[in-house]
Amino acid sequence: MSKITINIDGKEIETQEGEYILNAARANNIFIPAICYLTRCSPTLACRLCLVEADGKQVYACNAKSKDGMSITTTNENIAKERRAIMEVYDVNHPLQCGVCDQSGECELQNYTLEMGVDAQNYAIKDVNRKDKDWGHIHYNPGLCIVCERCVTTCKDMIGDNALKTVARGADAIEAEFKDSMPKDAYAMWNKLNKSLIGLTSGEEMLDCTSCGECAAVCPVGALVDTHFIYTSNAWELKQIPATCGHCSAGCQISYDVKHTSIDNTDEKIYRVMNEWNYVALCGAGRYGFDYQNEVKSKDEAAFAKAVEAFKKADTIKFTSTITNEEAYLLQSLKEKFGYKLVNSEAKAFQTFLNDYSEISGTKLYGYDLEATHNANFVISVGAALKSDNPNARYALNNSMSINKGAGLYFHPVKDPVIEGLGKSIMTLYHAPLQEEAVLYLILDLFANKEKLPSDIADYLATFHSQKTITVEEIIKEEIIEIVKVVKKNEETGEDEEIEEEKKKMVPKKISKEVAVDDNRLLAILGADDKFMENLEKNLAKKDSFALIAGADLYTHPNSKNLARLLALIEKYTAFELTMIPNLTNTLGVSLICELDDEVGSYTIGYNTKGDFTLSALGNGDLDMPAINQQEGTLTSINKRVNPTNAAIGYKGYELNDIANELGLRAELVIDYTSMLPTNKGFKSKNFDDLPNHYENDGTECRGYLLDNVAVATSGNESVAKFGEEKLSGTLIYLANPVRQFTDFTNKATNLDEISGIYMSEEFLSKSDLNEGDSVKVKNENGEIIVNIVSDNKISGDIALLPTFDSKINSEALFSGYRFATASIERV
Amino acid sequence: MHIEHIDEHFNNRNVTEMNSDYYLVGIEDYPTDNWGRFKRVIKRSFRGELFVGLWVVMREMIRFDIHTVKYPEEKMPIGPRYRAIHQMKRLWESDAERCIGCGLCEKICISNCIRIETKLDASSRKEVSEYSINLGRCIFCGYCAEVCPELAITHGGEYENASDQREHFTMYQDMLTPLDMMRAGTQLEFEGFGSITPHEDERVKKTPLAY
Repeated sequence: MSKITINIDGKEIETQEGEYILNAARANNIFIPAICYLTRCSPTLACRLCLVEADGKQVYACNAKSKDGMSITTTNENIAKERRAIMEVYDVNHPLQCGVCDQSGECELQNYTLEMGVDAQNYAIKDVNRKDKDWGHIHYNPGLCIVCERCVTTCKDMIGDNALKTVARGADAIEAEFKDSMPKDAYAMWNKLNKSLIGLTSGEEMLDCTSCGECAAVCPVGALVDTHFIYTSNAWELKQIPATCGHCSAGCQISYDVKHTSIDNTDEKIYRVMNEWNYVALCGAGRYGFDYQNEVKSKDEAAFAKAVEAFKKADTIKFTSTITNEEAYLLQSLKEKFGYKLVNSEAKAFQTFLNDYSEISGTKLYGYDLEATHNANFVISVGAALKSDNPNARYALNNSMSINKGAGLYFHPVKDPVIEGLGKSIMTLYHAPLQEEAVLYLILDLFANKEKLPSDIADYLATFHSQKTITVEEIIKEEIIEIVKVVKKNEETGEDEEIEEEKKKMVPKKISKEVAVDDNRLLAILGADDKFMENLEKNLAKKDSFALIAGADLYTHPNSKNLARLLALIEKYTAFELTMIPNLTNTLGVSLICELDDEVGSYTIGYNTKGDFTLSALGNGDLDMPAINQQEGTLTSINKRVNPTNAAIGYKGYELNDIANELGLRAELVIDYTSMLPTNKGFKSKNFDDLPNHYENDGTECRGYLLDNVAVATSGNESVAKFGEEKLSGTLIYLANPVRQFTDFTNKATNLDEISGIYMSEEFLSKSDLNEGDSVKVKNENGEIIVNIVSDNKISGDIALLPTFDSKINSEALFSGYRFATASIERV
Repeated sequence: MHIEHIDEHFNNRNVTEMNSDYYLVGIEDYPTDNWGRFKRVIKRSFRGELFVGLWVVMREMIRFDIHTVKYPEEKMPIGPRYRAIHQMKRLWESDAERCIGCGLCEKICISNCIRIETKLDASSRKEVSEYSINLGRCIFCGYCAEVCPELAITHGGEYENASDQREHFTMYQDMLTPLDMMRAGTQLEFEGFGSITPHEDERVKKTPLAY
């Protein structure tokens, strides 16, 4: 794509060839009215407000691509007339009850009605009875809906659930007289509007999607509202606290909207979470899991004294990665000063994996981020339960397929109907657990330049190939000559007579022939069907940018070292842009900042995890700590970005910094450590207060800063061990959470109501004699637990899922590192 | 009417003109020397004005014609535009509360004394669940009544809101017109700020209806 110059209203602006005019204008702070268009999604063409004149022709700015030297006028007399008529049409039968609408003035219908100067109504039509609908976590009021279809668009192009669609309104036809008297576009837009409303694709009464709530966020009017928020507060009463979501590694930009709790309680409470939905899409955990704060009445001095005692006695600090970079730095400083062992098994696994990866790649970190995935047109995901491990990675995959006409390839043992539902161009390959190495070898085999590849690996890959002959049935077109009788007029006699004519005709014919084809044994190992290569070739047509997402299954794999090295080779010898999904919120930050140990010592301090003395932001420990929505600090995201987050609500107790100060470190506030984060690991010495947290109009992400990808010395050894073909057999269990759940913090949130238990697909349940709600004993050589069965229609296949978000279920007891295990499941 | 009254009686404000409505009050010049000042003190001290006053009191006491309002037994009538403690009105048609819970009064209140809580009620309408006005902070500016789109919150004539605490509150139910008053038809309509002006119908553009 090349840079071009276009002229909008006399202003020369520079943009990309083929960029939509609307985006180009927005990026340069030129206002073109538009309701239905969402940045990063495909144009809907529902509102027609973005009508502009380009080189003398009227076009819609949201779907007209800019060409070099184009001259654009954003308004003229006719366009102004159209826009006014469009807004009048939107106001037809719109209830005049703005006082009780949850949009409370943050309403694009109100704004544009005023902008277009609508002070009288010229159009009318009989209204239809439009009843409120309760769709579960979303409430739909069709009376307020202007059918801009933004909800449908974001659900399809960004989220990938395809849960919403337009349905028939059942209204009378517009009176014929309007056709001639009205401006043309306004009439066309009304015609469409008058036929549709929003409904559920499933046809059911309740939404059955991954419950992200993005549809309600993008709604320009108050038609779609989060059920928990209905009539609780006017928007103007809420104070917006810019923050970063603390639930997973995506590190999404959010703002906590806070207000006093009630008339007689002035303590601030979070009422909702908002996002810059043009540039970031949230998942259900980010949107609804906001009230996980640890409420503490006052400083518990006795517990604090005990904590300081415990720190003096302890030799190990065990913690989880749901902490800020500053706290991680504090822990590392404590380690350096007092020699504590720092234990965090999942961050340790990720750290080891990154180090193994660096040995070949020569960089501390993976090379790309989810932004690259958004922009790619062929995306592969390996080793991640994508929809629940990192919903944003799934959005990136879906977005690349829907906007860039891309395709995807999803490797995972657990069958996933949500991923399959992303579209026709996603291919899924459900391989056996432990075969992740074969997957990476296959990617190398399919995409790497064999000549550049180290010879031992190229040779190893060649051993999987053989020639085989297969019989293929082919349909060819054969020419045959047919004799047909035709009636023709004899020109001499003038009479009709029948003559015979020869006619050539092509007839399809089925033949079978023997052909020699390449047989790739890797495909057989992974269980790919015969059509795999054929489909893949179809999907690879016209693809030029490739992205690879690697997930947490790989980090704890028994041969994780091989996997890390293979990933580095893939990045080096193929065009794939690699992104790794860190397990938890700040796993990446912790693995960079802390030197982690494997073994715990004799006396352990647990931070958000069980220890001999437990510090906990969950409110169940010996000393209370603030949760992430009560803290200032930075979090390192999957996009290698250090994002600042602010305290949404107050915290009255002690924090880790108080203990550290008591032990001899000195910092008034924990954010004093922001500028001290290790620069040799890629952090920058910037003060917390200098870190921005917003998006520019052109989508530039001004949030914190990007980590430097520090160079690491390599040995030049690029060999990778061969893989074994061992598989897990028997009943398989997998350590993964349902969508919207990540940790005990999401479990604590009142609006996230997922039931914990062992998740089994409907398919699995129907084949076995188990039923939903049954209590079962899951047992293997590592341990046993008793849990209830939860039927989950977001998975299919025979693998049961055990969650980690509920610490009452000690799922980890059954797993020795790797996320898959075999176990027996018996009813008790 | 108000304006006319002023026009009639007070239209010539030119003080220097001979036939203006203004006239000069005869005020003696101040004494300039000490003797003059001494004479003024003597004159003021022995004029017996004290007894004039006492006589008036005595005379009126004997006449039993007292003009003093005997507060709190007696109270002066209050004008309709007087802004005292707030009232919440009901609809004449249904006795339902007029307040729709839009929260504009809370927003516009310049002394930040109004707080409102709303929720979804059983018939999926917006319902006011809590409403309070801190009368200790209220400056009775009348903005809340003016901004109210439903003429729900108005000022009443009840001005006795002394309290032994700086903060004291009036709640929604205290302000709401009691139902027996509605039955008796004695809810007073508000004529102050924000009430509908006469001839309002002529000023609005009507929205066409298709049926």
